[in-house]
Amino acid sequence: MTDDPEPILTARGLTKRFGRVVAMDRCDFDLYPGEIQAVIGDNGAGKSTMIKAFSGALQPDAGEIRLEGRPVRFASPIEAREAGIETVYQTLALSPALSIADNMFMGREIRKQGVMGRWFRQLDKREMSRIARDKLSELGLMTIQNINQTVETLSGGQRQGVAVARAAAFGSRVVILDEPTAALGVKESQRVLDLIRTVRDRGVPIILISHNMPHVFEVADRIHVHRLGRRLCVVRPGEVTMNDAVALMTGARTPGDLAAA
Amino acid sequence: MQDASREADGARPGEGVASFETTESIGRRIAHVFYAAPALVPLFVLLVAIAIFGILLGDRFFSPFALTLILQQVAIIGIVASAQSLVILTAGIDLSVGAVMILSSVVMGKFTMDLGLPPALGVFCGLLCGLLCGTISGWLVADWKLPPFIVTLGMWQIVLAANFLYSGSEVIRSQDIAEQAPLLQFFGRTIEIGGAVFTYGVILLLVLVALLAYVLSQTAWGRHVYAVGDDKEAAELSGVNVRRTLISVYALGGLICAFAGWALIGRIGSVSPQAGQLANIESITAVVIGGISLFGGRGSVAGTLFGALIVGVFTLGLRLLGADVQWTYLLIGVLIIAAVAVDQRIRRASQ
Repeated sequence: MTDDPEPILTARGLTKRFGRVVAMDRCDFDLYPGEIQAVIGDNGAGKSTMIKAFSGALQPDAGEIRLEGRPVRFASPIEAREAGIETVYQTLALSPALSIADNMFMGREIRKQGVMGRWFRQLDKREMSRIARDKLSELGLMTIQNINQTVETLSGGQRQGVAVARAAAFGSRVVILDEPTAALGVKESQRVLDLIRTVRDRGVPIILISHNMPHVFEVADRIHVHRLGRRLCVVRPGEVTMNDAVALMTGARTPGDLAAA
Repeated sequence: MQDASREADGARPGEGVASFETTESIGRRIAHVFYAAPALVPLFVLLVAIAIFGILLGDRFFSPFALTLILQQVAIIGIVASAQSLVILTAGIDLSVGAVMILSSVVMGKFTMDLGLPPALGVFCGLLCGLLCGTISGWLVADWKLPPFIVTLGMWQIVLAANFLYSGSEVIRSQDIAEQAPLLQFFGRTIEIGGAVFTYGVILLLVLVALLAYVLSQTAWGRHVYAVGDDKEAAELSGVNVRRTLISVYALGGLICAFAGWALIGRIGSVSPQAGQLANIESITAVVIGGISLFGGRGSVAGTLFGALIVGVFTLGLRLLGADVQWTYLLIGVLIIAAVAVDQRIRRASQ
């Protein structure tokens, strides 16, 4: 799949400074169709900064992002979303007091046809519930009985599922997942990893940020190692061990060491 | 409207499963129902209060006239509390509602009576004044990211001072208004249906609450108001224009307060810069008793109406019983604390 010559998302020379701190230093990135690419790196390496540049949450000072070959600039998360890039944040960005359906359609509500929709701007709750239910079923998440129950009544794994389903339902080009298993137990983590594979198999490439090496090695097709604000190297899970990966991201070893070994 | 939909939305997993029913205590199940429809609690309190005063006072209280009198007495506060509800749903607070109401009514009176504008134009300018005050607050909250409490505390002082400076603390007399610009007293007019007396102000309140309930539960804007109050960052990240939502909420709140100012002229007949000084606190009281969370994102505007009516029922009921008016305040104080305590219990029990 990485033989595909046309990457979906590329970044070249991204740079971002916060005062005197350089969070991104001429950072490159390539995401190919049909892959799960994990992004690993030590705390403070600048993973989040790079991801936020892709999701529109911040704007790089320099460098270029291309989506399917076309240069893009996202002034806000809404613009990135409109371009087909959906992000599942670590905080999930769900409104706990609102229903699953409300949350899935937040900011992209469907209005009724005809007079009620056009003049009275009434929402088509039935249609939104139907689509939400379909999307959750497709991803095997219909252990959730009622699409209209509030998000705060769900377990951590179910909430994660709703957030992933929302991204998968609308993310036509790229889905970004930030630490999706960090707050979950063993069983729930496994369900979320299955979910990530399902989304990939449905044709949407995924960027997965995680600190959990077993999870990364389990699902990732390729691993982007981030160090000191830029891409150190990209490795395949079959070719390096977890210890190697950790050594790379902490600087204990260099890609050159690995090649020599 | 909103309550019905919230109730339907809130059906919970396991509720239809027999095995769950035996394990869930009755208390928890009641808590679930109230969690799903937060306005049911104040409605229940309201009905109980009406029943008790009805039994104690008989026909003196339990008559179409007395019951509609309560509506007339709470109309102004109810309208202001509707504006307050919108702001509190976004996890804000508006301390300037009373001042905006009074300044708007003064603008309506002065522009019409002193400047000699046509009454319709004077009213329009008053409404514009309210809208403008609200928009400024909203802009300060949304763009300058200042805390709503501070912004509206400042606006309260500014608007109230502007009111006294502009009006010279002078009252425009009722007879003069009735002669020259009866439109200003429009909301004081009444319709009578078999002993029940409805002022146009009461009808304004009821229409306003119905309208807001529809908008909050059935439109995208309404969902966004709840989302912003629930978790602002989450709303922003999931694609809600938080800035626009906040400004529109404060602006609409200001406009509604201006309508309250117009209705106030109808209620007291004159334009008085000293009127409605307690509207801030009374509106917050109605909102809290009505079950809207001060932390935002929960509750309904129907609850606010019930909250305002509860205050009205206690006030009239205790007065008819001949009790000292301080008993009313004392009971309202108890109700405020009880409402918040019940609210927290329900939320904890349902999670």
